[in-house]
Amino acid sequence: MSLLEVVVRSVVVLAAFLVLPLLVGQTEHKVMAHMQGRLGPMYAGGFHGWAQLVADGVKFAQKEDVTPREADRWVFRLAPAVSLVAYLVALSVLPLTSGVVGADVGAGVLFVLAAMAVGILGPLMAGWASANKYSLLGGMRAAAQLLSYELPMVLAAASVALAAGTLSLSGIVEQWHPLWLVWQLPGAVVFLVAAVAELQRVPFDMPMADSEIVFGPLTEYTGLRFAFFLLAEYAGIVVMSLLFTVLFLGGWQGPFAAALGWLWTLVKASAVAFVVIWFRVAWPRLREDQLQRLAWLVLVPLGLAQLAITGVWVVLTT
Amino acid sequence: MSDDDSVRTRAERGPERRGAATDNMSDRTMDAEQPEREPERGERGGLVPGIFKGLATTARAMVTPSHTAEYPDVLPDLPPRSRGTIALLEENCTSCMLCARECPDWCIYIDSHKETLPATTEGGRERQRNVLDRFGIDFSLCMYCGICIEVCPFDALFWSPEFEYAETDIRDMLHEKDRLGEWMATVPPPPALDPGAADAAEVTALSKPVRPGRATPPAGRP
Repeated sequence: MSLLEVVVRSVVVLAAFLVLPLLVGQTEHKVMAHMQGRLGPMYAGGFHGWAQLVADGVKFAQKEDVTPREADRWVFRLAPAVSLVAYLVALSVLPLTSGVVGADVGAGVLFVLAAMAVGILGPLMAGWASANKYSLLGGMRAAAQLLSYELPMVLAAASVALAAGTLSLSGIVEQWHPLWLVWQLPGAVVFLVAAVAELQRVPFDMPMADSEIVFGPLTEYTGLRFAFFLLAEYAGIVVMSLLFTVLFLGGWQGPFAAALGWLWTLVKASAVAFVVIWFRVAWPRLREDQLQRLAWLVLVPLGLAQLAITGVWVVLTT
Repeated sequence: MSDDDSVRTRAERGPERRGAATDNMSDRTMDAEQPEREPERGERGGLVPGIFKGLATTARAMVTPSHTAEYPDVLPDLPPRSRGTIALLEENCTSCMLCARECPDWCIYIDSHKETLPATTEGGRERQRNVLDRFGIDFSLCMYCGICIEVCPFDALFWSPEFEYAETDIRDMLHEKDRLGEWMATVPPPPALDPGAADAAEVTALSKPVRPGRATPPAGRP
């Protein structure tokens, strides 16, 4: 791989990383508004407020970058970057269509899950370094929640990898068959729920529960650093949707996959992102203990059962 | 003694009464819900129905057009009797001052003088009439009660739905007769009568059957 190719691939991935989260964010603005009987942004950019998030970005860039006096300065300042870069790295190995991927990694599933696990450090660092009790509480909640949901997520992903017989993301899509929608369904449900919990979005937004602990780990953040955390959240939705598409929905597989593979991937991922937004509008927040109960008493057993079913099936058929 | 008694009886009765009330309420809610909800509860149990109902509700709301009034871009569709502002038809005003005197917060200012009209026929009498010099309504005082419009005997004042006359200084809210006259253009025609409403007084008077004269008194009466 020449240097030029590396640069081009990096730039393309970065561009996708900066554009797709904004698209998801704008969709959330409009979808949430219409689900609540409102119109949402209508002015920014002229046509139905399409430039609302650009305007928000400009606003955030103008704000003062405040670091609390008691804060652990370096950790505090580094936290948004940690949560943002992790998703950027994860995005770079997700395949768009056959052969089109930022960087082809052999054990892609492992790599993506590991990269996203690093991103978890962001809220943790922010909560710890802010020198604010609400931030600390939020950080602790985030740590407990993300640790609990990492396990069912890995179990569900492992089931798919086992069924496909490979850890490569492209390999999993090649092996995918529509029948997977049926016999990997419990795993898919577990993965989707765990993904929403990983993203700390409603109904699993206890770390940021704004009615309980202000804004959790982000309480002390302002300006661009705050915007980076928000961007990380929406980048997380993009990464999770793409990952769900690749693992459970067959990525670019569909009619005219040779020519329209990229479109299939994007359409499926958009549908998953829409569902994530839909959950946010429709459901209230779980309580902290209900969250842990759901993870350990429902999702982990379900994930284990799925893994067992997949294992038995694979042993019987090969 | 009597105090003691009353306290005791209240304490004794309290729980009973409360119990009865809750019984009644639960009965009522059960009656209201039973026909719809009971079979549903039997079909799908526990947590699942509520969750999916939430999704269905939000999805339905998403495809229903929202009721947002986009006011500055789209003007509101106001009902015909909207009390936006008060318009003046200057030709009808006789400077009788009834409106200014009835106004509860004295926000109408009227100045006028008398003019003498020469006699129209030879040897006739000269006539005098009022000429309106100033008619102002101070909308910073006006409370939009509409009494001035009600009392005006010559239909010189009208409600207009026009409402975009905000000012940045409260002293600019005193509008004179030229501005009040401009608003006449925004006064809607009177709304049609409701179906089944009584006819207007003039119509009733005209359509009364002609009464026969009392030439022959009815028989049997003294």
